[in-house]
Amino acid sequence: MSAYRAILAKDLRVELRTLQSVPAMALFALTTFVLFRFGLDRESLSGSLAAGVILATVLFAAILAINRLFVAERDEGGFDAIRLAPVDPASLFAAKATALVVYLAALELLALPAFAFLFLDQWGGLPGVAGVLLLADLGLAATGVLVSAIGTNSRARDLLVPLLLLPLIVPVMIAAAGAAAPMLAAGGPSYDDVGRWLAILALYDLVFAAIGYAVYDFLLED
Amino acid sequence: MRLSLRNLALATTALLTLAFALIFFSAPNDADQGFIQKIFYLHVPLATCALGGFIVAAIHAIRHLRTGDAIHDARAYVSIHISIIFGVAVLVTGAIWARASWGKWWVWDEPTLVSFLIVFLLYCTYYPLRFAIEDRDRQARYASVFAITAGAFVPLNFIAVRLAQSLVHPRVFATAEGGMTGGMWLAFGASLVGMALLWMTLVRFELVAKSVSARISRLRRALDAEAPVDRGSRVAPSVPSSSTAAG
Repeated sequence: MSAYRAILAKDLRVELRTLQSVPAMALFALTTFVLFRFGLDRESLSGSLAAGVILATVLFAAILAINRLFVAERDEGGFDAIRLAPVDPASLFAAKATALVVYLAALELLALPAFAFLFLDQWGGLPGVAGVLLLADLGLAATGVLVSAIGTNSRARDLLVPLLLLPLIVPVMIAAAGAAAPMLAAGGPSYDDVGRWLAILALYDLVFAAIGYAVYDFLLED
Repeated sequence: MRLSLRNLALATTALLTLAFALIFFSAPNDADQGFIQKIFYLHVPLATCALGGFIVAAIHAIRHLRTGDAIHDARAYVSIHISIIFGVAVLVTGAIWARASWGKWWVWDEPTLVSFLIVFLLYCTYYPLRFAIEDRDRQARYASVFAITAGAFVPLNFIAVRLAQSLVHPRVFATAEGGMTGGMWLAFGASLVGMALLWMTLVRFELVAKSVSARISRLRRALDAEAPVDRGSRVAPSVPSSSTAAG
């Protein structure tokens, strides 16, 4: 547990000092909003279109952070240090997943208001959407840590991470967009089928957290 | 315990011939769709075998991580490989069937089709993943991790995609299978078992081919090491394995 806290604190401190991931993701998200504005030729969005835009933006921005998640560990010998240290390697992966959730939450803290400001006429559904995004972040972090660890140790890192990640997060996209769409409906938020979608998201989070816990050891040993 | 590859191939041929005979001559034409519905006997068994193959690959991958034996990794790899080839056939037959019965080559609101496409796309990344990692052991381990992750993804994805539509759209297969007669079931069962045997034959064949070619290149290396004067000076140093066709 103390190893987990130490690694997490290290990662967050590094991020605070270098500002490598979150500002880049936020900038990326803003630019993507502008692209959607012209690509869709809409000045305001609602319903499933709005849900699709915010989720696609967040998921793509997440790739930036996931790409970089283990770079310091590989370049500066963090993997070897973890293997040498008398701590459970699970703490490394748990800390990285938590850091990723923090990055994504920070991104959403910036991107969601910007999205609402740029596109939405109705702001009532935003707290609900924030909740959906947070639940999506958990699944994204569980999958992202696995994919990042695989990608970091391969030759084609920047290529492999999006290739592996995008199909894996299709269920997240389906469930999160399904839950968020009625919340962003033009006539004010409704919460019709939300329970079903949140259940799928939670199932996804659980399954991939369990898989990550089962296989992380094999991504580290050498 | 297991059939030899030759007998397995013979059994596959016999059963698939029987299945095709049943499909074309015994199974009745569908009342709505007519003759084109018979692609069902090809499409559904292929899809079942492809998905089953992905699950089999995940089981081999678990064994590989447990034991560290490279043979399980090879089995997982070949299982995924053959299942992807089956997957291409599934998508092609599915598109033909969709065109014939719904008038469009691709239908986004048919959950089974969409789920299969997503799974197929995911497994296609197995090759770039594998070949982007140079170290043999690590390649095998990471490929197994992928095979397990993707294996768990298969059912999860089907649940998510199906739920995405279940309230709006009736399930095509529930009605299609509910209305199947005995003759249709017989043809379908024969075809399913035949396809499963075909899958097994191809996997076994590929595994044998792989181990033979590994043995040949080992022998060739040994030969090159023994007689460096003979041909080694010209061929061996730079491209040790490119003379496969000549050998």
